[in-house]
Amino acid sequence: MADIKTAAYVCKGCGIGERVDTAQMAKVATKEGKMHLAREHDFLCSAAGVQSIREDIDKEGVTHVVIAACSRRAKTEAFDFPGIALARANIREGVIWARPDTEEARETTQEMADDYLRMGCGELKKMKLAQGNPQTGHAKRLLVVGGGISGLTAALEASRTGYQVVLVEKSARLGGWAAEIYRRMPFREPYAEPQDTGMDELIREVSGDANIKVITNAVIAKTDGAPGQFKVEISVESGASLTEEIGAIIQATGFSTYDIAKLPELGGGKSPNVIDQATLERLAKEAAGKGQPIRRPSDGGEVKSVVFVQCAGQRDETGKHLSYCSGFCCGASIKQAMYFKDVYPAVDTAIIYDDLRVPGNGEDFYRSAQNKGVTFTKGKVTSVEARGDACEVRFRDLILDEDALAAADLVVLATGQVPNSGVNIDIPAEETEKMEVKPVSILNLAYRQGKDMPQLAHGFTDSHFICFPYETRRTGIYSAGPVRRPMDMAQASEDATGATLKAIQAMENAELGRAAHPRSGDLSYPIVQLDGCTQCKRCTVECPFGAIDEDEKTYPVFNESRCRRCGTCMGACPVRVISFENYSCDTVGAQIKAVDVPDEFSEKPRILVLACENDAYPAIDMAGMQKNCYSAFVRVIPVRCLGSVNTIWITDALSAGFDGIMMLGCKHGDDYQCHFVKGSELASVRMSKIDDTLKQLSLEVDRVISHEVAITDMGRVPQLINDYAAKINEIGMSPLKGFA
Amino acid sequence: MGDMNQQMLEKYRNNFLHEVEEKVDDGHWVKMCMQCGVCAGSCTFGPDWEHTPQKIFMMIRAGKREEVLSSHSMWLCTSCYNCMVRCPRKLPITHIMHGLASYAHRLNLAPKNQPTRDFSLIFWDNCTRTGRVNELRMTISVYFREGFVSGIKKMWTLRNIGRGLFFAKRLNPMELFVNHGCKDKDGLRRALKKADEIEARRRGYAVQPRGYST
Repeated sequence: MADIKTAAYVCKGCGIGERVDTAQMAKVATKEGKMHLAREHDFLCSAAGVQSIREDIDKEGVTHVVIAACSRRAKTEAFDFPGIALARANIREGVIWARPDTEEARETTQEMADDYLRMGCGELKKMKLAQGNPQTGHAKRLLVVGGGISGLTAALEASRTGYQVVLVEKSARLGGWAAEIYRRMPFREPYAEPQDTGMDELIREVSGDANIKVITNAVIAKTDGAPGQFKVEISVESGASLTEEIGAIIQATGFSTYDIAKLPELGGGKSPNVIDQATLERLAKEAAGKGQPIRRPSDGGEVKSVVFVQCAGQRDETGKHLSYCSGFCCGASIKQAMYFKDVYPAVDTAIIYDDLRVPGNGEDFYRSAQNKGVTFTKGKVTSVEARGDACEVRFRDLILDEDALAAADLVVLATGQVPNSGVNIDIPAEETEKMEVKPVSILNLAYRQGKDMPQLAHGFTDSHFICFPYETRRTGIYSAGPVRRPMDMAQASEDATGATLKAIQAMENAELGRAAHPRSGDLSYPIVQLDGCTQCKRCTVECPFGAIDEDEKTYPVFNESRCRRCGTCMGACPVRVISFENYSCDTVGAQIKAVDVPDEFSEKPRILVLACENDAYPAIDMAGMQKNCYSAFVRVIPVRCLGSVNTIWITDALSAGFDGIMMLGCKHGDDYQCHFVKGSELASVRMSKIDDTLKQLSLEVDRVISHEVAITDMGRVPQLINDYAAKINEIGMSPLKGFA
Repeated sequence: MGDMNQQMLEKYRNNFLHEVEEKVDDGHWVKMCMQCGVCAGSCTFGPDWEHTPQKIFMMIRAGKREEVLSSHSMWLCTSCYNCMVRCPRKLPITHIMHGLASYAHRLNLAPKNQPTRDFSLIFWDNCTRTGRVNELRMTISVYFREGFVSGIKKMWTLRNIGRGLFFAKRLNPMELFVNHGCKDKDGLRRALKKADEIEARRRGYAVQPRGYST
């Protein structure tokens, strides 16, 4: 450690100088923080201020810098010193703005500022400069699995951006469902008429693109490795097998239609004149090929009336069918009604819907169909029965509130999309064995956590649905199109384009040894001291991203390029052998230990707040910006994710004499908001077990609490903090003070 | 008039929506309704009437011809235009309601003794005769609509108002005997006749003067 030279800079700007004694802070930095240098500056983020730091770096050989000024979230461009380890003490948002400017508050405010600087110094001394993951791969080819509109679009967009693509399609031809339909919903002004699908053109472009290698009749036999260094074995139907070096993967395996035979009450499978939308597309295409109108399937008779039944086997509350809305089918029925109206306006076309959902500019398309005389009836179809070559549709008219009957030559059921997701890795292997139809894996990942991507809901492949829809829990592997959520062609194209850009970023970051989203560009990576490892497997099981495999001796094998740097493994590790260069058990532990804890009789409790840096910490910062004051007894430490909180920090804090610990993380559960998907959930599981430990130490269980906080909670967070401070006041000071 | 109803029934058979589109003023808008119910929620009559505009439009689509044309709803409309202002699809709802009322009247399917219908007929009759409204005669016609005794009763209840109007020179008893009118009464009649002809041509009706019948 001989090479380390530390320096502290205390800013007086933004009112800091008027509110706290910065000279005293500088003294704290040198005396208690043991900084080699400590300087004050009137306006640190100004060109002159930044220059003064640069000069110290150049002339004094400073390697580690702590800046006591604004929040670490502010002025990141100004305080950017490549090659220098940097810690920030949050004096502006976290102290002076969060405290009232009164004479009584002056003392506690100063204590707060001093402590944050001590914490910054403590952290800094334990920090190393992040060097970047050395295990990088340089493959820049994109693998696209699936040759439908999503896959083709992804391949073409990647090629146009200058990347090589391998496109694997299971069937013999490209195009998927999109190539089987007659016309597509309009996706341009004036959104009035069904349009040509453009699929022939798209297929031709992809087939003729020198950057795209198309392999049909093929499946993925094995996927091993990490972003930038995937090794993918592709097995072709002919028996051939080939291995490709791949940088990132897009899974665009699309959907299957819901089987109408499962809907006998709606006439599914009972009459050839009751068909699904996909079958009508085929009939329309055949008819157009012959230059004839669409005929009745049962006898080839004239079609005089068509009834479209929306939500057939969808939005089902009984649990028998699909519970979700597929979103595209209202627009599809409108389009299909026009197939009839455009050729022969006298055909009666009725769409029986419960809620007509036409996202985007579909409203114009809906209006266009109304103009053409398509009848829209708000109702719920109860039964469809075949009577010879005709059908009787019974439904409840929801406006007139009465039962009604419609006769039709043809009934079209708007069934939904069922994702082609592969194996559900959350179902144990023994149960999968028992299934009648065994699920077939798509990616065949050689990952410890399972062969395919995790599934989110209703069998759809993973997506960080609420915040970052393209992101999955498998770094460098993206899902696009209806395999991720139900969607129409326009949405699928857009989705594929977005996923492609994400995949390209992942490849580029992987090559440079940097993290992908959400800590995009982070150069730190998990470092494990295997000689201390007890092979407990917690890290390999809990890693939300399946980044950690196991070797033959069941030691963890870190795939750094798959890692998102959330630190969940670090939080899980009972022997604390996992760390990051600039974020470790020591860097946070040092901050906790640096806090000056007054004695039992001071009436000044200390509360440690471990706040998620993604949502809770910004919320606390924003509370400060809005001058929502909170207790001066809290000391906030940002953590990468609550999942990275190691219980040693709790022990450290309690034995250091802290009176309470608050953990603020993101919402978990089905509609989670955790950036790392599982981090806050894992933390809550771990913390649910802390009560026993507290009881063993004869401490009140309220000494450690946790809350779910959203980034918008700048009004609520101060309240939570103040309530907890009052609670601590009630239960009294910690009996563990003064032993550390 | 019954004949006309028969003709229309035969012509449009099951397609009442089509009939409304062709025969009713602004009827071609009905198909554009998206059943959001804002009109029904905005109507000052609220729950007091038989069918809200939303329901009327749905009934038209469902082919409920008799029920629609004999509904009281169109006659209750106060023309406040709330529905029309609020309709997200910009349907001229008030005008459609009036159009439906007029069509129902023409087919003689409108409710009998409907006060608004009666008033409208009396008003039309009164003002087209001379080109000016004779208020005294019109008031008497309206009061005595339901018979002599009820007419006397109504006049008795409103006697103070009548007296007030008289002293304020707003009611001239001589009007009972002498009509005042516009300058070119024949011209007015010719204009109205022409309008009738144009409408009949556009909608395909047999030419009949409006109002004086029933």
